[in-house]
Amino acid sequence: MSNLPDDKGYFGAYGGRYVPETLMTALLELEQGYMECREDPGFIGELNYYLQQYCGRPTPLYYAERLTKWLGGAKIYLKREDLNHTGAHKINNTLGQVLLARLMGKSRIIAETGAGQHGVATATVATMFGLECDIYMGEEDMQRQELNVFRMNLLGARVIPVTSGSKTLKDATNEALRDWVTNVDNTHYIIGSVVGPHPYPVMVRDFQKVIGEETRDQFGQVEGGLPDYLVACVGGGSNAAGFFHPFIKDEQVTLIGVEAAGKGLETGLHAASLSGGRPGVLHGNLSYLLQDHAGQVTVAHSISAGLDYPGVGPEHAYLKDSCRAGYAAVTDREALKAFTLLAKCEGIIPALESAHALAYLEQLIPLITSDQTVVVCLSGRGDKDVASASKALEEAGL
Amino acid sequence: MNRIDKKFAELRAAGSKGIIAYVTAGDPDLETTEKLVCRLADSGAAMVELGVPFSDPVADGPVIQAAAGRALKNGVTLKDVLELARRLRSRLEIPLLVMTYYNPVYSFGLESFVHAASSSDLDGVIVPDLPLEESEALSKELQQSGLHLIHLLAPTSSPGRIKAAVKKAGGFIYCVSVSGVTGARNDLPASGYELLARVRSETDLPLALGFGISRPEQVSALGAEADAVIIGSAIVRLVEEGGDRDEILERVASYLKKFS
Repeated sequence: MSNLPDDKGYFGAYGGRYVPETLMTALLELEQGYMECREDPGFIGELNYYLQQYCGRPTPLYYAERLTKWLGGAKIYLKREDLNHTGAHKINNTLGQVLLARLMGKSRIIAETGAGQHGVATATVATMFGLECDIYMGEEDMQRQELNVFRMNLLGARVIPVTSGSKTLKDATNEALRDWVTNVDNTHYIIGSVVGPHPYPVMVRDFQKVIGEETRDQFGQVEGGLPDYLVACVGGGSNAAGFFHPFIKDEQVTLIGVEAAGKGLETGLHAASLSGGRPGVLHGNLSYLLQDHAGQVTVAHSISAGLDYPGVGPEHAYLKDSCRAGYAAVTDREALKAFTLLAKCEGIIPALESAHALAYLEQLIPLITSDQTVVVCLSGRGDKDVASASKALEEAGL
Repeated sequence: MNRIDKKFAELRAAGSKGIIAYVTAGDPDLETTEKLVCRLADSGAAMVELGVPFSDPVADGPVIQAAAGRALKNGVTLKDVLELARRLRSRLEIPLLVMTYYNPVYSFGLESFVHAASSSDLDGVIVPDLPLEESEALSKELQQSGLHLIHLLAPTSSPGRIKAAVKKAGGFIYCVSVSGVTGARNDLPASGYELLARVRSETDLPLALGFGISRPEQVSALGAEADAVIIGSAIVRLVEEGGDRDEILERVASYLKKFS
């Protein structure tokens, strides 16, 4: 299972490279460049140096004692990805990819962003290494996330408004792909999640697997053995993929991905590709996808801009079909309650994305025994969300 | 014999270059598209590509994106386009192709799609986001149908990829003139000419050059390597200009005649 993807980039039936011919040579070069780097001690050493000295890794594995008491059952640990530089796990991946881009002689970086977290993490590493950087962002998201637009500008990136289609992350990704098709000679496209054409899903997962590796070590030190449950939110699924990966072979560890059910799966207004979609091709890979009867991609809905995406990484589609991981979905309302709960209990304001993983604990904890252990990936901090959350909490009467 | 093969044989015998016209089906509505395709055939188009609108057309520039958006607002689906092709076939003998992104086909089911495309008597299928590596399943389904799966090559295609593609190709090779998306360009970069020469040195198959072509001078500047050019965004833009149906047909027809 951990040998996947195969040489064509498939995790079982999912993955692949569904892109215009113009990009194929670049993807093959990227794959080759990445395969060389992943084994290269020099590259690994440099990446680890920046992960430690610049990002602040390792991030703590924190025993959330008050949250555990509040929920009244299994012991809950939080993997504190929110403490990374720029406030989320996103930088693990952007750092890896920018080092790779530099080795491949690319002078320009592009990226898509929804909430702006991946855009900020990309702009950060691009400016650090002196590379030109353009970020595509839906016009609607730019209005919703003004502060992150300012951050990216401050970091020297140009934020290009996307006005086509739904004006959100899906369309920003289309626009970034069009840019890449046009400027493939000098440009590297840093995709922010375990989506896109091969080798992106495996490469991004590998750059994120540091989350799971540290968790494994840290948990072993404090508790001994392995945790019983890992819980992480899934939009495209990068934090979950990196968190789960080092535990894939340990069948005794239950892996649970939590998607955004938005206003409820039954309303159709959600972003739960695995729970509410069916297989299809978008942005270069075959995976579960929100689409209508005719194969047109539909617009996702979630209070969390980072989960507001109609697709999901092909490895998650594989883990779902093979039953190695389970996938659940929680609503906007449940996520908001968890957002508040963690702030009050632990003094930690989680990102709305991560609040989805926390919200699932309300369902999980009553079902398991108090001698069991759960690690939740707290993928990001919630500072970026306070304005929208305060409005949403009021509207929801919470 | 597939109509595409026949048409290219005729073009070569006559020593002329064919014009392949692209339209987004359902923009502004399916009835106009039906009349437009007939008019294109009357105005000298050698073949017509019926573009299937898709929500996420990553290979297309703003003009065709917008047209797809309009067609989708009309609720146009792949099924509608296949039915349109069937109606057109009863009136036209020129080769007809569908150009569609992969997901509508995947969602339709490959087998059902090929069945429907054959019963509409289509001649070819172009899928811009289905590179050689991913095309096996659809190729296999198409094998017995007599339809060609048209492969695309780009200026970035390596010599190895060109060799591999021409081995699998049928009908013609769609040579993408630039690294970029669809859309009219004033000057065709050298990359298009270079690609034609590189592909020609590997195959005798007909070659059609597309992306960025909108003016007769661009066509006459092409050497003997090209058998046809594909004109898409320029036609779609003339449709977008609007007016009543007859105005649209007239505008497009008089534009296309400039190429003959």
